[in-house]
Amino acid sequence: MTSPAPSSVSRAVPFYRDVRVLRILAQIVFVALILLFFWYLLNNMTRGLSRVSGAFSFAFLDNAASFALSETPLPYDPATDSYLIAFLIGVLNTLRVVVAGIALATLLGLVAGIAQLSSNWLVSKIAQVYVEIFRNTPLLIQLFVWYFIGVLSLPRVRDSLALPGSIYLSNRGLALPWFTTNETFTLWLIVAFAAIAVAGVAYWLLGRVKTPLLYEWRGVWAFLVWLALALGAAVALSPVTPSLPEIRGFNFQNGLMLSPEYAALLLGLVFYTGAFIADIVRAGILAVPRGIIEASRALGLTYVQALRLIVIPLALRVIIPPLTNQYLNLAKNSSLAIAIGYADVFYVSNTIFNQTGQTLQVILMIMGAYLIISLTLSAIMNVVNARFKLVER
Amino acid sequence: MKRDFRGFALLVVVAVVAFAIGACAGPITTVPTAAQPTQAQATAAPQPTAPPPTAAAQPTAAPTQVAQATAAPTQAPSGGPTKPPPTSAAAVATGRLKTVLDRGNLICGVNGQLAGFSVLESDGSYSGIDAEFCRAVAAALFNDVSKVEYRPLTTQNRFAAVQSGEVDVLMRNTTFTLNRDTAVGLEFLPTTFFDGGGILVEKSLNATKLEDLAGATICVLSGTTNEQVLTDTFNSRKIQFTPLTFPEANALYKALDEGRCDAATSDKSQLAGQRASILSKPDDWVIMDATLSKEPLGPAVLQNDAQWADVVRWVIYATWYAEELGVTKANVDDKLANGDTNTKRFLGGTGSLGKDMGLSPDAFYRAIKLVGNYGEIFDKTLGPNTKFKVPRGLNVPYTQGGLQYSPPFR
Amino acid sequence: MQSQTIPDTLKPPATSVGVLGWLRKNLFSTWFNALLTFFALYVIYVLVSGVWNFVVTTDWGVITANLRLFMVGRYPMEQTWRVQASVSLFAFLLGASWAIWRGIARSAAILLAAVFFTALVLPFALNDRLWMAGNLALIGVGFAAGYFTRARRVLVWAWLASLPIIALLLYGVGGLPRVATDLWGGLLLTLALSVVGIAASFPLGVLLAVGRQSTYPAMRVFCIGYIELVRGVPLITVLFMMQIMLPLFLPEGVTVESVVRAMVAFVLFTAAYVAEVVRGGLQAIPRGQMEAARALGLNGILTLLLIVLPQALRLTIPAMVGQFISLFKDTSLVAIVGLLDLAGIASAAANQPDFLGRQAEVYLFIALIYFVFSTAMSYGSRRLEKTLGVGER
Repeated sequence: MTSPAPSSVSRAVPFYRDVRVLRILAQIVFVALILLFFWYLLNNMTRGLSRVSGAFSFAFLDNAASFALSETPLPYDPATDSYLIAFLIGVLNTLRVVVAGIALATLLGLVAGIAQLSSNWLVSKIAQVYVEIFRNTPLLIQLFVWYFIGVLSLPRVRDSLALPGSIYLSNRGLALPWFTTNETFTLWLIVAFAAIAVAGVAYWLLGRVKTPLLYEWRGVWAFLVWLALALGAAVALSPVTPSLPEIRGFNFQNGLMLSPEYAALLLGLVFYTGAFIADIVRAGILAVPRGIIEASRALGLTYVQALRLIVIPLALRVIIPPLTNQYLNLAKNSSLAIAIGYADVFYVSNTIFNQTGQTLQVILMIMGAYLIISLTLSAIMNVVNARFKLVER
Repeated sequence: MKRDFRGFALLVVVAVVAFAIGACAGPITTVPTAAQPTQAQATAAPQPTAPPPTAAAQPTAAPTQVAQATAAPTQAPSGGPTKPPPTSAAAVATGRLKTVLDRGNLICGVNGQLAGFSVLESDGSYSGIDAEFCRAVAAALFNDVSKVEYRPLTTQNRFAAVQSGEVDVLMRNTTFTLNRDTAVGLEFLPTTFFDGGGILVEKSLNATKLEDLAGATICVLSGTTNEQVLTDTFNSRKIQFTPLTFPEANALYKALDEGRCDAATSDKSQLAGQRASILSKPDDWVIMDATLSKEPLGPAVLQNDAQWADVVRWVIYATWYAEELGVTKANVDDKLANGDTNTKRFLGGTGSLGKDMGLSPDAFYRAIKLVGNYGEIFDKTLGPNTKFKVPRGLNVPYTQGGLQYSPPFR
Repeated sequence: MQSQTIPDTLKPPATSVGVLGWLRKNLFSTWFNALLTFFALYVIYVLVSGVWNFVVTTDWGVITANLRLFMVGRYPMEQTWRVQASVSLFAFLLGASWAIWRGIARSAAILLAAVFFTALVLPFALNDRLWMAGNLALIGVGFAAGYFTRARRVLVWAWLASLPIIALLLYGVGGLPRVATDLWGGLLLTLALSVVGIAASFPLGVLLAVGRQSTYPAMRVFCIGYIELVRGVPLITVLFMMQIMLPLFLPEGVTVESVVRAMVAFVLFTAAYVAEVVRGGLQAIPRGQMEAARALGLNGILTLLLIVLPQALRLTIPAMVGQFISLFKDTSLVAIVGLLDLAGIASAAANQPDFLGRQAEVYLFIALIYFVFSTAMSYGSRRLEKTLGVGER
């Protein structure tokens, strides 16, 4: 039975009974069927496309986009910049909301998750109600509510709510003080990077000192060293000028403007994902057996030490894998920006294929963009996961 | 033994499946154009039995008889309204027209979210000028305005729906442009609404020319010609502005009303309509004089089907022509009986205009009888009696200085 | 024992029992907790008074005028009895299940009865009220039927048969006029999309999961590729692809109703997630089980069908229900591609000339519907988890 010998003995196993032959045959047939299926679809499509518009090519990406975007993290001129640039700006807008969303959702989820376990009955009930409501309604509807009922009913730009610190809130968005960079900015950046190296050296040196005050807090000290150097350089070079928002003409000028669409999308994603993260955090904390906490206390660890050294590492092992899924969901859900008009990659792409009619190419580009974002996110989270997994023996 | 059988059976099954898929894929790749006429004749036979009950139930039963009685050399209308008798020289329905007639209803792609043009009513029907034209075509085809299946489409999927043949005709306030006529693969039919791109601003801003809007936030619908026009116009004049795009009109005007943007750009009729209906203080808003662009809004069908395009085209012309002749919903019966030769020929009393298109002789009569002429449609959906009070502007017959110039019905 | 013998037991102080004790223990145990309590009370006050004001002062005309649209969309008026009959059949079966299975079935039946009962109080047309009263009676009849017959097996078959029966009844078969799915809308469409998505994605997902574990490299690679690709992109791209691209993939002249295209998108999308859930279950089955099965003479397929899958699927119930809840909520995305599900109808209703700009009312109304269904499902899942003792063995 080892190999199909040509002799008459092997007749006992004809080729259609030989498991190995059948295995290979089955796979070939499977692949053939799949290929046939795709060939069929593609064949239909090429005919469909030829009926409608030109051939499959990405050449259209070089044409001038000729549609303006409401939010452009990079300078963008629709008259000259190509569709590709518009698409990239969409990608950047998506990343803006995804990164901020992940950070804030984690924070909210942590707070709500701990609050669910609070000994205060009212607080834990509020947290539970929050989780129930936001988990059990569609994100799309939540976004509509945030945008139409929440953000848009803020005061108009002329009656902006002036908050302390030159912050203005209106339904044109949140105007924050920001800064404009001077010529010395690059120089200051170089100094600041150099200061990181200095701080690293300081950290290393403090590690050899036996004074507990210096040794135990060497991370903080190193950071302080860096801060002092960076601030000193900032005072000396004055790399930025503060820019305060003010109403001029129709809108706020200067400062940093967070648009209502961005705010609504961020709020929607944060509150929705936060509810899921809260449950994950709660489950993670509950997964740490009480006995372990009590044992660590019995060994003389303080409450904070027990939390830091025992509970959190153990809980994180349970928390990180589902948390990764939630981060990925958040990234993918950001595509709902289209419902409220935030210029993310999906929305921009929509306009592109609307104008060019190159549907297939644009959909492939969108999928590519999200796949890259998803893969990057899960790669990062895998590294984090691996760090905490080391605890396992 | 069992194992033996299984392996062999697997092979046989796989082979059969592969063959079946191949067999399906094979013939479909070549469109059987040659087979179509014969199919048409084969399926033509059972068809006439369906329409008569509906025809009899409708008020138009009488004029069909009139047409027969007065001058009907070919006795056409006695059969179904859709099928000319084989003896006549009338056109045989092929392509899309045949598909629609066989199916028994018209699939009409509409907006569904734009009051005045097409909007979903509480009872599940659609109202608005685009919906009325869907009904007019259905009336001409089937003598029954209820034989319309509305398909709400977004700006994103409207062209794909025509390209794939999912809808028979697109009546979705769509601007006729060269690109859409050629690269997108549509065929545009007579413009049902001559419009122009305009800008709606708050009166208190005292903006009279575009330059006054420098630095303003301007709301616009995404995927529309207005979006491109806005960018082009402002950029060429070097006026700085912030666009804010929305996927649907409702969101846009809500945002405008709440002060999220300073101005909105769209077709002027839409601006007028939305100002009157959605903005909380209509009098605080004004449409600027400047016209940014031409916006001829009209129906579109898939290109390369002349017969079907003709049907929709001439139904629209019919609504214009009827207004020109003074034929209305109310007096159409009278005109058919006592009108002049032109009117009678138009309404199917004499001649074979309808049949030449592959329709019933009284196709235009039905459209007018059941839906009305252009003026009536307009007044009902957008005109002074509605909430929108849209001025007719260029949408009046050429005799009154408008752009509606119907070719002769002869 | 001993404590009983101690005479003169001191009663606990009044502040540690009763309402006061509860308050002290749960709300005011420390000064920090007290502070939290007051803060929580303030939050509750603001939210509740805000919602109450809104509910009372708002004109809900947009809901009452469009209730039909919200429930069945454009389903023809004279055919609505088919939807009503389907609901009645469901009510009857639920009543019977209540008697036979109790547990979740009882909760579901009570929930349904409560809905009908409340609706009965509201000013509906006489016919509708009669139908609702009839449904209440049917739940009772079903209960009686179940109670006296105890026909467990019949009930299982009845439930299995009810799905195709309802589908055919709604779509039209035999003498009934066909109601194209494009006319389905509102809650009917939302439920149809969810049920079809759930029913069809489950077997496909199991197949993909098994394929991913397969020893055939070609199938394994294909399944992994499919699962990871689909999980990496947002649902809305799959929906768009199906809405806009699928017609081009089909041969000329063949069209598929847009609702069916959306269903296909949901099935293809959810299957990938179901596959991952099932894979988790498959991996939890000890190898020994399979080896034992093979030793008993079962072949690969029988081992999978009789030994592995039954155990694995049982383990995955909670995660699976979670997946289906998210599918249910995600059906709202079809509104973006122009279908008239609950969210689509909401948007259309807010565009009617009489109700322009009434977003707040419609979105809150449908959010409530989504909330009730999702919460009911997650409650049911928790009950099921307990009854089956998942995670306890």
